[in-house]
Amino acid sequence: MNVGSFNIKVKEKAPIHGWNIDRIKKKLLGAGKTDGLLKKLITYALLLGIGFVYLYPLMFMIVNSLMDVSDLVNPTVRWVPTRMYFGNYRIAYKVLDASKTFGVSLVMAGLPALFQTACCAVVGYGFARFEFPLKRLWMLLLVITFIIPGQVTMVPRYMLFDAYGMINTPLPSMIPALLGQGIKSTIFVLVFYQFFHSYPKVLDEAGEIDGAGKLKIFLKIALPMSVPAIVVAFLFSFVWYWNETYLAGIFFGKTIQTLPMRLQSFVDSYNRLYPTSDGSAVNRLNESIRMAGTMLTIVPMLLMYTVLQKQFVESVDRAGITGE
Amino acid sequence: MKGKKPGTISIRQKNAITGYLFILPWILGFILFTGFPFFYSIFLSFSSVKIAPTGIQTRWIGIGNYVQAFTKDVNFPVALSDSFIFVLLSTPMIVVASLIMAMLLNGKFRGRTIFRAIFFLPVIIISGPVISELLTNNAAQIVNPSKYTVYKVFSTLPEAIGAPVLYVFDNLVMILWFSGVQILIFLASLQKIDGSIYEAARIDGASSWEIFWKIVLPYLKPVIMVNAIYTVVEMSGFPNNRVNMEISKNMFLIGNVYSYSAAQSWIYFSAELLLLGVVFLLFREKKKRWKR
Repeated sequence: MNVGSFNIKVKEKAPIHGWNIDRIKKKLLGAGKTDGLLKKLITYALLLGIGFVYLYPLMFMIVNSLMDVSDLVNPTVRWVPTRMYFGNYRIAYKVLDASKTFGVSLVMAGLPALFQTACCAVVGYGFARFEFPLKRLWMLLLVITFIIPGQVTMVPRYMLFDAYGMINTPLPSMIPALLGQGIKSTIFVLVFYQFFHSYPKVLDEAGEIDGAGKLKIFLKIALPMSVPAIVVAFLFSFVWYWNETYLAGIFFGKTIQTLPMRLQSFVDSYNRLYPTSDGSAVNRLNESIRMAGTMLTIVPMLLMYTVLQKQFVESVDRAGITGE
Repeated sequence: MKGKKPGTISIRQKNAITGYLFILPWILGFILFTGFPFFYSIFLSFSSVKIAPTGIQTRWIGIGNYVQAFTKDVNFPVALSDSFIFVLLSTPMIVVASLIMAMLLNGKFRGRTIFRAIFFLPVIIISGPVISELLTNNAAQIVNPSKYTVYKVFSTLPEAIGAPVLYVFDNLVMILWFSGVQILIFLASLQKIDGSIYEAARIDGASSWEIFWKIVLPYLKPVIMVNAIYTVVEMSGFPNNRVNMEISKNMFLIGNVYSYSAAQSWIYFSAELLLLGVVFLLFREKKKRWKR
């Protein structure tokens, strides 16, 4: 602390008459390593501008979801509602059937994410630590798997699940995850591959000398070290499974409904709950209610993000995805 | 460790077997859920499928489904070109935008973590239904772009030049919202550039502009390819794409269950492969790299 204040004092004492053109230029444009003021200003302006574009839909959503009907139709009310109105949330909560769907979403995202992480760790370790024939071929197929869109394999997968009576059960989401064919599994296998590839083999050998089997080495030495990769794989899987609706809608759309899936059929569910056949405008669905519904589906993710923001944002550095 | 007793398998063989045991789940999954479905869907796309009480009956009909998709189907060609143009235009935009943002975030300044958190936020909340809710309620249209002179200037230009620019204006939020992961990947590799390279370049009298084009960009070339591939795959797989909606809608098409949508998915996949091929040709290096 003392050192810091000392430094500031020195800066303040800098003579003002020394501000000639050269110094101003240096300050504005920067010299050598230090960025100039001008560059900083431009950077901040750009970042703020882009940041605004990023946050705009979110702010729009929050503000609109808090408006009551009179605010919504009032053209003078745009960003600040005259009062905080939570009625939209109450209605949206009911329409989404959130008390039930929230738990369903949690399970339908959590379990596959867990399975996917586990499988990708094992497979990544296998690719990174062992030499075996056809290894390059399998790795090539691994990358190709990433490129093949879900739409191509979707129909035969459906027929397969249908043949075993798994449609409308959670299994079509769990089993592929367990066998490394879940959402973007390739990425996670490669993350683990990269991770296990880069840590010293000596540790494995030490375990081997002490008489541990390969499986034991994996469980006791490799796995505890790969916590950053595990966190990355689990969190991303969780988010991607939470937000997945396309395949889910086909494989178990009618019986298992997650929050985003309910949001998809929001208008229909609303009309069923609040029929407007009597012609009154009281119950009509408006954008405030829809925005409230959208907010409700993303709030769990937002909350998680505020807590675990660092894990996500620093994930790429930590798991060394870009390491070539 | 290296000793080999007669009658026992060598360590190398033992290692190979254990290695296979480790990747066995993936191989199984690959065969069951990717390999077999991949070829089966080719077969399906050339067949006609009927669901009889005894089971599923397939009959080979050649390219009938493909012909139907392009000649008889009213929606599909439109949806296909829509989605193709969407991916084609948004991929370069997303890659460039995420590179610019990564460059902006690369320096050391106050509030860097906050900005990084904001730019990554959409990845957490983006999903088909959320995007379509935002679109239908005009939340993703940031400002009415047609109000501005810039927009008008570009709309007077010839279609070939003007259209992509107008597209950016119209889809600004979309483009930015899809670039979270790409920003992180760029940022991570930017930070791996050794600072001394910049210093050496500066001593030789290079400006920031020259450093960017001569040092940073060539260094990032493989990363750009990875990001471009990721973007193409991500964008073409997005459930709100019109083609994807067509495909899932036609899955249970009466009279032609499964097979018609399999054919559609193959047409779409070929288009996607075309884009990926372009990406690969643009950014390939003399030595192929498969690692990310």
